[in-house]
Amino acid sequence: MILAVFSLCCIVPFLFVVIISFSSEESIRQIGYSFIPIELSTEAYSYVLKLGDVLWRSYFNSFLITIVGTLLSVAMIVLYSYPLFRKDYKYRGFFNFLSFFTMIFGGGLVPTYVICKSVLGLSDNYAALIVPMLFSPFNVIIMRTFFQTTVPNELIEAATIDGSGEYCTLVRIVLPIVKPGIATISLLTALGYWNEWFLSLLYINKNTDIIPLQYLLMRMQRNADFLAKNSSRLGADAAVAAQQLPSQSLKMALVVFIVIPIACAYPFFQRYVVAGLTIGSVKG
Amino acid sequence: MTASGKISSGSRKKNLWLTTMVLPGAIWLLLIRYLPIFGITIAFKNYRAYKPNTFWNNILRSEWVGLKNFEFLKSPDTLVMIRNTLCYNLVWIILGLIISVAFAIMMSELRKRFLAKTYQTMMFFPYFLSWVVASYFVLAFLDPTSGLIPALQKQAGLKPTSFYQDTTWWPLILTLCNVWKNTGYSAVLYLAAITGIDASQYEAAAVDGATKWQQIWHVTLPNIRTMIIILLIMNVGKIFNADFGLFYNVPQNSGMLYPVTQVVDTYVYRAYANTHNLGMSTAAGFLQSLVGFFCIIGTNAIVRKIDSDSSLF
Repeated sequence: MILAVFSLCCIVPFLFVVIISFSSEESIRQIGYSFIPIELSTEAYSYVLKLGDVLWRSYFNSFLITIVGTLLSVAMIVLYSYPLFRKDYKYRGFFNFLSFFTMIFGGGLVPTYVICKSVLGLSDNYAALIVPMLFSPFNVIIMRTFFQTTVPNELIEAATIDGSGEYCTLVRIVLPIVKPGIATISLLTALGYWNEWFLSLLYINKNTDIIPLQYLLMRMQRNADFLAKNSSRLGADAAVAAQQLPSQSLKMALVVFIVIPIACAYPFFQRYVVAGLTIGSVKG
Repeated sequence: MTASGKISSGSRKKNLWLTTMVLPGAIWLLLIRYLPIFGITIAFKNYRAYKPNTFWNNILRSEWVGLKNFEFLKSPDTLVMIRNTLCYNLVWIILGLIISVAFAIMMSELRKRFLAKTYQTMMFFPYFLSWVVASYFVLAFLDPTSGLIPALQKQAGLKPTSFYQDTTWWPLILTLCNVWKNTGYSAVLYLAAITGIDASQYEAAAVDGATKWQQIWHVTLPNIRTMIIILLIMNVGKIFNADFGLFYNVPQNSGMLYPVTQVVDTYVYRAYANTHNLGMSTAAGFLQSLVGFFCIIGTNAIVRKIDSDSSLF
């Protein structure tokens, strides 16, 4: 019973936002946001579609950053954790520590920011939104545990005796076995990139063409007239357009847009994420 | 060539190949994680721009100022933010533990597997959303002009509360947000541990005539005790870290709410973003890293005493 109530509470805010996004502006003006709006309407969505450029650009940016980031990151993590699982690798201890130490100590936000920006040139470009999140010691631990629990050492020894090269062994023999592990860290990484806004807050100053959807949403909260400004793109007279704009329900419609990809993929990847987090929490 | 020579050259080749695999990650770690550690020097310097205006040149030529950048510690704001960070974390650790263990036990007791699965899916959902999205959810309820609660207050003829200007409710709101977002995650972790308990233990208890409550108390809880202790201690190790997104986005970065929403992470960010005081914000971040480091080392030592298999190192 308590369970049912709490579970409902977990998704009710989202349903509420969906309802608001379908409420007519008139209804919001009269009774505010409500679970039972006076009148339903899809005007917010028709405006979202007309927002065109701004919205689709950041939607595209979000997808681009997520896909490129996840591919690079997973390749890097798999390559890093595989030798760490090999007991016969000479520098195993050293690289293990190199990765692990960053989990417990770091330079802090400001030195990291300054170095990334002025030394590595991560500023106002896609790299700034991808590179700082490429590697994760936490995922290395998850991946290494997957290797340890699913790949028998004899298999690698056998491959070595057969004269298979290290990369060949990894790609042909080991990777097919650890597919669930790769799925897990891919999903965790993709989720991280999709939900990322902090990097944009730090590294994007002028080049707003490359901001992801999350940051667009965040900026919208900050300056209320953002929509009015962009409504000039709707073709009509800007001032008139701004007045007619269903700004309240429009914002919520954008929130719905950002949650939908997650909500759609969620039932499928929940299982993998649970597996990954359970491993990560027990040892990490 | 002798046999041993062959083996050692083969193993050298193997190590070389394996090293090329770790290399990309290692380079990333050196550039993005280790280089900034040297940047901590800024905390002890009066960082200024020199010619040529490059980061390393500026660091080298700026003069040492000792602990001058740490003087922010004397300001009353500092006390507030430290109090906020510690209090929120302490309350949330305890509350989170009780709620998620309780929910995990309830879910494991459910007869219908389908129902348990559904609850788990619903509860876990908020974990997948960002704080930016969550802040809009909160806005839907609290927005001063049309949010659900102020609107209901207006309908009831009451004066609507200006939530984003009034500190009264924020400790509660932030706590609710935190429970909403993280309970599902930790409940799932505990549930995984509970499902792993050998069913014969329950059967034996049932044969001895133990009630449901007695079974929970004498079988379930002792079995997940180590996990509880370890997660608890690990969270204590992170007690000086706060969830930046929660404290920054959910209160809409409202200045009037700083007395109850300022935590170490937001303080460091704002110190840099608003004043561009590199020295002082680096100093604050450095203190946080340092305290965090010793907390983790300390708590790890305790975990190792309880259960050496579960310790991090």
